[in-house]
Amino acid sequence: MSEGHDGEHVHPESGEELSVYARRAQAIEALMVEKGVCSTSEVDQMMNMVESRSPSDGAKVVAHAWSDPEFKARLLADPRSALTEIGYSLPDTTPHLAVVENTEQVHHMVVCTLCSCYPRALLGRPPDWYKSFAYRSRAVVDPRGVMREFGLELADSVEVQVLDSTADLRYLVLPRRPAGTENLSEAELAKLVSRDCMIGVTDPHVPEGVAAS
Amino acid sequence: MRVDSPSHHYRTPTYIQGKTGVVVAICGRYRNPESLGHGGDGMPEQLLYRVSFAQNSVWDRYRGPSGDKILVDIYEHWLDPVGV
Amino acid sequence: MPKPHDMGGEPNDEPIDQSDHQKMDWEMRADALHQVLGQKGIRRTDEMRRSMESLDPDLYRSLSYYERWTAALELLMVEKGYLTSDEIDRKVTQLDQGAN
Repeated sequence: MSEGHDGEHVHPESGEELSVYARRAQAIEALMVEKGVCSTSEVDQMMNMVESRSPSDGAKVVAHAWSDPEFKARLLADPRSALTEIGYSLPDTTPHLAVVENTEQVHHMVVCTLCSCYPRALLGRPPDWYKSFAYRSRAVVDPRGVMREFGLELADSVEVQVLDSTADLRYLVLPRRPAGTENLSEAELAKLVSRDCMIGVTDPHVPEGVAAS
Repeated sequence: MRVDSPSHHYRTPTYIQGKTGVVVAICGRYRNPESLGHGGDGMPEQLLYRVSFAQNSVWDRYRGPSGDKILVDIYEHWLDPVGV
Repeated sequence: MPKPHDMGGEPNDEPIDQSDHQKMDWEMRADALHQVLGQKGIRRTDEMRRSMESLDPDLYRSLSYYERWTAALELLMVEKGYLTSDEIDRKVTQLDQGAN
């Protein structure tokens, strides 16, 4: 097993040899169940719930906001309540979701330098790179360099705003709707919205032939 | 309103300590994380501000345009007002 | 001197590795356990952060994401009196033996 400067391990393929901490995690779960603090089925159900959230949920929200300007306004003002309109119910406990909109003048990029807070309620689990030491250290000081690695080059006239989720808010970026997509349905629009553009490291990409001219 | 982030407080990243920024939003009232972190009830709630800093005032080595910003969510008790 | 978790702007020239590793079963269960304990109020986000931030810096840097969480969770559960490290040690041994 080895490491990486960012501390992410390469795991053995067989899964037979678990690291010290992996075995401790299993022991902790077993003990918590034995002591009646939680049950195995609660953990199973939570696993299913976590697995059920993915970036396609965020993409649906973005596509709906693109298609309905009044919904978009409500989403930006009060995400939790706007999301109930389309069937997403977020808990009212912290952390809370905030939505920031990219415009022609401003592009947002989200990071959590202190740990790796992420809008899991809409996007599911964060990608490994988001949790990496490289991203957490570079995103704040060299956002344009990071975006370049993801294939996005922004003009100097566009203001880049990096958001560091240091407290109780989790940020979702509402990317700009690509030009030439006026005739696409919401479902088609949702396909253009990748996880990475809702984090803000890239923009939606319109494949050739998809947009009507 | 300009605010200054004076010394190291819980969850205030080192890179903005001592820097001056501008409040761009009030994010709401939340329980005090220092108290919550130690098993307390976090009361009374504190105002959470979104504070914007010019990147080139935060980093000597920032290479992007002067309009670029970094925004950090900071609790009111970790901020000092500076002038108007 | 910032603690190890406070890494915004730290010198780092590494390109971002954009690959995603396949989550192992234990990681997904650990993640779910954390969420369950969170819902029950047994481990609060700010407590976990504090625990994470108190990890030995070398350990912090060397562990993978879920391993760090596990180390921090152990510290917190012991501190709160839910578990002892000895119990965890014994259970690890028991599980190892059971697996053979």
